[in-house]
Amino acid sequence: MSGVILKASGLSVGYGKKVVVSGLELEVSAGEILTLIGPNGAGKSTVLRSIAAQLPLIAGTVSLNGNDIAAMSLGDIAKALSICFTDRITAEKMTCEDVVSTGRYPYTGRLGILSDEDRDIVREAMELTGISHLADTDIRFISDGQRQTVMLARAIAQQPQVLILDEPTSFLDINNKLRLLGILRELARSRNIAVVQTLHELDLAQRFSDRVLCIRDNRADRLGTPEEIFSGSYISELYGITSGTFEPLFGMAEASKVSGEPRVFVIGGGGTGIPVYRSLQRQGIPFAAGVIHENDVEYPIARALAAELVTEKAFEPISPESVEKALAIIKRCEKVVCTLDGFGTVNMGNKQLLEKSGYGGK
Amino acid sequence: MNKKRAVRWTVCFAALTLLTAAFAVLELVCGSTDIALSDVFGALTGRDSGSAAHTIIAEIRLPRTIAAALLGGALSVSGFLLQSFFNNPIAGPYVLGISSGAKLTVALAMMLTMQSGILLSSAAMVGAAFVGSLISMGAILLLSGKVKNMAQLIIAGVMIGYICSAVTELAVTFADDANIVNLHNWSMGSFSGISMDDVTVIAVIVAAAVAAAFLLSKPMGAYQLGESYAQNMGVNLKLFRLALILLSSVLSACVTAFAGPVSFVGVAVPHLVKSIFGTVKPIVIIPASFIGGAVFCLVCDLIARMLFAPVELSISTVTAVFGAPVVIAAMLRRRGQKRGV
Repeated sequence: MSGVILKASGLSVGYGKKVVVSGLELEVSAGEILTLIGPNGAGKSTVLRSIAAQLPLIAGTVSLNGNDIAAMSLGDIAKALSICFTDRITAEKMTCEDVVSTGRYPYTGRLGILSDEDRDIVREAMELTGISHLADTDIRFISDGQRQTVMLARAIAQQPQVLILDEPTSFLDINNKLRLLGILRELARSRNIAVVQTLHELDLAQRFSDRVLCIRDNRADRLGTPEEIFSGSYISELYGITSGTFEPLFGMAEASKVSGEPRVFVIGGGGTGIPVYRSLQRQGIPFAAGVIHENDVEYPIARALAAELVTEKAFEPISPESVEKALAIIKRCEKVVCTLDGFGTVNMGNKQLLEKSGYGGK
Repeated sequence: MNKKRAVRWTVCFAALTLLTAAFAVLELVCGSTDIALSDVFGALTGRDSGSAAHTIIAEIRLPRTIAAALLGGALSVSGFLLQSFFNNPIAGPYVLGISSGAKLTVALAMMLTMQSGILLSSAAMVGAAFVGSLISMGAILLLSGKVKNMAQLIIAGVMIGYICSAVTELAVTFADDANIVNLHNWSMGSFSGISMDDVTVIAVIVAAAVAAAFLLSKPMGAYQLGESYAQNMGVNLKLFRLALILLSSVLSACVTAFAGPVSFVGVAVPHLVKSIFGTVKPIVIIPASFIGGAVFCLVCDLIARMLFAPVELSISTVTAVFGAPVVIAAMLRRRGQKRGV
């Protein structure tokens, strides 16, 4: 990987005199994927459009390879930076190949006639994105996922050093989301392209970004690796999550817990309790769970959904104190559900718990 | 596929060119006095000059034929430019009231100068028409900033057209009797009475403007994807838009100055051409629209002259009969597709 390609300093962006995001500092290196996240209306798209020279900057500079973008010709910018936005294409009678071919615009002559080399590049871009079979299909008659991929192929045909994408995965099904982001990853790696994108899917942002920039309250709140950003309660604060919780390690959202006096006690572990937790939450029944080790896969979910939770330290056998604590809660419950088929050395305490609860064997 | 397309386009271009030639010959041959084909060629090559046939061909039918072809082409290209500008397949100089704006200023200019006994030169007529086109265009642009809906924009254009026509009628009502006949014929639209000198002016303006439009086909192609993408590809949007407005106004002004307002050609021909060629690539559609417009207007002019000869219909009467249904078809098709997507 080589050095910084895109750099923004002291950037204030917005429409007219209305500043949307200010004081932005940004550096993106070749082969790197930077993802902007943040709540709706925080100004992510405005930042993207400003970096892409689509909106006049209110303050600050954007530079490409060390050249101030304001001093560059439109043609030179076009050769270094291409965009893929979700604006709907309304053109009639354009085949997908026609659309991808427009990516060669900055390289063709006065009349825009494609050379053989241009055609090869267009074909290559379509192969890379897996849309060669759509070449002769009208752009209006393909699915959203396919259209998004065609627009990506168009951007690739422009042979940019920087690729800017606004919510490229919106409207796509999960398979297409993964495929598109996989292509971006591959592009960044094999062609050393710097990718700047916005994503709403936090789980995907976490998995497919090298660095994440969080925009909140008119400023860049945090910039860091996914590991740095997706930790602790930061994401919940960033989005001001109030109706539910976000588990940063797995990038997973859960609905709000049902609080109140627990009516059911779930003895789970190893993930077996998860369906029961979610089912009880959906039915609006407050429940307690235990005894769950702090390194159990279902621990974050139990913590998010259970009204009361009895836990045990990671890798330690369940202590008699924890069993007693759980028993005390069970006494107040109407029912005990055990989702485990068998017990091992570490969770032998749960076997005792089940027997002492009086619901043994159930 | 690319080969298939190339073949299709070549065939279509050849067919359109042949049709233009065929109808041009018919225009020369047919009329209140039928002139044999051999005499037409004789007159064209200037052999037996001085004969009645020669006069009819060289001074009446030939300029009329050339004017109908050039102005028809100009209208179609103007329509295509406007459709690209507004990203609206039913935009055109007539529906947007631009022709009517030109009609108004030309009528005013004619009346003012006739009163002082000056006959306007054809270049001055084009100038007056251009001013009128730009005024209507300005009004449309102001409105287009406010209305985002395409149908509303068209309605606004039609209304501007009505206002301009009403003012023209008003002016004509108070004009001198002698002027009225002249004005009235012209304001209905007709290719008659165009001299060879006019044809020279028309040819220069239309050739320059269509060539300039053709050179814009690259940015126009990019613009079809929308503003963001066009800008990202390196199109200077401000300059490009200005060029589109000026060129489409010059072309429709030229038509109005010489033939009066001619309806629906600007919408119908580009729509038909796009369907026949199966593409919207400006580099193909601009020349195709030009030739298609020539054929369309030659046919319509032939019908206008011949159908109830010796009574001549106004050209707009005929173009409306053929053009308006195409416009409706274009509108319905667009709606159908929207629902389909």
